[in-house]
Amino acid sequence: MALLQIAEPDAAPAARPPRLAVGIDLGTTNSLVATVRHGIPVVLPDAEGRPLLPSIVHFGAHGVGVGYPAQDALVADPQNTIVSVKRLMGRGLADLSDARRFPYRFIDAPGMVKIETRAGVRTPVEVSAEILRSLRVRAEASLGGALAGAVVTVPAYFDDAQRQATKDAAGQAGLNVLRLLNEPTAAAIAYGLDNASEGIYAVYDLGGGTFDLSLLKLSRGVFEVLATAGDTALGGDDFDHRIYCWALETAGLGPVSPSDTRLLLLKAREAKENLTAHASTPLVATLSTGERLDLTLTAATFTTITATLVSKTLQPVRKALRDAKLAVEAIDGVVMVGGATRMPQIQKAVAQFFGMPPLTNLDPDQVVALGAAIQANVLAGNRAEDEDWLLLDVIPLSLGLETMGGLTEKIVPRNATIPITKAQEFTTFKDGQTAMAMHVVQGERERVSDCRSLARFELRGIPPMVAGAARIRVTFQIDADGLLAVSAREQTTGIEAAITVKPSYGLADTDIARMLEDSQAHAAADMAVRALTETQVEAQRILGATRSALDADGDLLDAPQKAEIDAAVSTVRERLAGTDRHALQAAVAALNRVTADFAARRMDRGVAGALTGRRVDLLARD
Amino acid sequence: MIDFSQDYFSLFGLPPRYRFDPAALDAAYHALQRAVHPDRYASAGETERRMALQSSARVNEAYQALKDPVGRAQYMLSLRGIDALAETNTALPMEFLQRELERREAMDAVQSGVDRSGLAALLDTVRRDAATLEATLADRLEAQEWNAARDAVRELRFLTKVADDLEVAIAADEG
Repeated sequence: MALLQIAEPDAAPAARPPRLAVGIDLGTTNSLVATVRHGIPVVLPDAEGRPLLPSIVHFGAHGVGVGYPAQDALVADPQNTIVSVKRLMGRGLADLSDARRFPYRFIDAPGMVKIETRAGVRTPVEVSAEILRSLRVRAEASLGGALAGAVVTVPAYFDDAQRQATKDAAGQAGLNVLRLLNEPTAAAIAYGLDNASEGIYAVYDLGGGTFDLSLLKLSRGVFEVLATAGDTALGGDDFDHRIYCWALETAGLGPVSPSDTRLLLLKAREAKENLTAHASTPLVATLSTGERLDLTLTAATFTTITATLVSKTLQPVRKALRDAKLAVEAIDGVVMVGGATRMPQIQKAVAQFFGMPPLTNLDPDQVVALGAAIQANVLAGNRAEDEDWLLLDVIPLSLGLETMGGLTEKIVPRNATIPITKAQEFTTFKDGQTAMAMHVVQGERERVSDCRSLARFELRGIPPMVAGAARIRVTFQIDADGLLAVSAREQTTGIEAAITVKPSYGLADTDIARMLEDSQAHAAADMAVRALTETQVEAQRILGATRSALDADGDLLDAPQKAEIDAAVSTVRERLAGTDRHALQAAVAALNRVTADFAARRMDRGVAGALTGRRVDLLARD
Repeated sequence: MIDFSQDYFSLFGLPPRYRFDPAALDAAYHALQRAVHPDRYASAGETERRMALQSSARVNEAYQALKDPVGRAQYMLSLRGIDALAETNTALPMEFLQRELERREAMDAVQSGVDRSGLAALLDTVRRDAATLEATLADRLEAQEWNAARDAVRELRFLTKVADDLEVAIAADEG
């Protein structure tokens, strides 16, 4: 990697150790954790040296197993061994067109399905949290300390419910989420910084269960996503399933047991992987019924039975190009991401579509985690002197409100750069109407019933007026994680209602209580210690931020202001030495308060600096 | 933090003109985002993080408004108190409505027919018309003929809608 860290002994006499930060690729099939060491992103392997963690959770008779141990239980105990849980995140039973492909005992619940396991009913969020917890423990053991934070990746095409579910899972796993980062964007960072690339790139990211296509413009250190499209239910899993169906048909078998299904899917995956390097592969298995399969799958047959899947990935490619108003000739390079892109028929189809061979010089399994680690390192405040890149990402799907007649009014269009705030005015349609129901939806279709419902809330207490007289301003704010908050305000009276689109997948209070109990039981002993550690990490962070702010812009303060900040800093320092978490929290809050005005003035200076540079440039141009 | 009372042109240090160098807007946009983007404040205190979010969102809103030719025209009119798309403001030239009707009919005819290859050709025509209209709009704005510019904006919005519908129809055909 061309990320040089220049140490300037004079500028940093007491060089603080870098804050521990990791990037996590929470994948459908495999997950990874990576960090930046001495300026170089590396994947952190487990104790046996294996970089990948199979995204499998087994609820066994003697406790929970994650990764390889869980994989070993897959065939013997399919109903309690959860694979591909990512496909269930933020999804209701009705959303899962392929629900019957899973051997689980699903329980339908508003917004998100639940799974009945030996250990009780579990949500996809809880199952994902097990995987994330395992990665956190691995990272902390490897790095030798508590993590300051993590960047967790999500498919670019994930909607608000899926993103929120991922962020919740990370929180349950004890991770401080610095940012949710789109997977193709993460890959572009790792790839772009490694190759010092400029131009317009397509990132073709076919994972285990999701497909993303992002178009990015890389110029002078800015990674700007122009458009993104995808399919959150299309991936390597589907290719395995095609082989599985072919095997059943060819062998003349009817439906098989969940256990045999698992066995055959594992064999199908092996066959798929073999065909990356061979023209044909045997597929041999003995089922629990005693029936024996002994088949040969050729690359040609595999290509034929998966042709529709391959062409299905090209639809989002065309859509993204249309959205970005780009011809295919405008693309300077195509980056391949995700293990599934190793399939020769994918490589061939992509090369044919773009008219150039795709770039594969970074490991497609690792590139997302590496990119996430690079961003985590920067977000945690370990930015190197010469490291001055910026990432501008977008939301994948339009956000809007339901209006009369079940139609959608789009407030924020898809591919809008985030963060973004957009407001729109609505009015009452009946005389004397005193309440207004807001139904927040995400999607491109005109009818609300074809879009994804994110949240409902009500603005009440509107004074009775004639129809059309009330002016209700609805504001959508999307943060840098791509998460939405909505607020509504009646302009003439100032009546307000707001919602963070958090309970989108309908967690009932009892669920939340149970999840809290579970997570407490999980870590009963170190719960209090952990809370204190988290507060200490936050305190260290603000101390560091204040110190560098004073170093850079201390001249903005007069003596009394400086003294006030110094006093607040001292209080935080003193309390850091103790173990009173609440006292420390109060000191941190006080420091935040007294530095607020300073922070605003520092940002003013940054903005003025940015524009001064610009004006000179503009004069030179004219 | 950025000055929220500034108009979008001042925010980017650009002259308030309809015709400008898009590269200058891009450069100013990137410079401002480098100064205010939340990623630059991820390890700062809560107050700073909130200010960064608000500032960055404002810069994105401004950039998107100015980058799009129709959006930029609409914004310039709004600075003069003209809401180009106000519901009360429905008067459009008769000849335009006539053309619009014909276009919709042509679209329906193509869409209901077996041969839908005409959709792409129709889209080309609509895009050409939009480009011509955009040039007219630019002239009117430069000449400060605000009401004429407003009519052009309204026509262009119609055209954009037709083009979007055509694109959706073509995309549906593709698969």
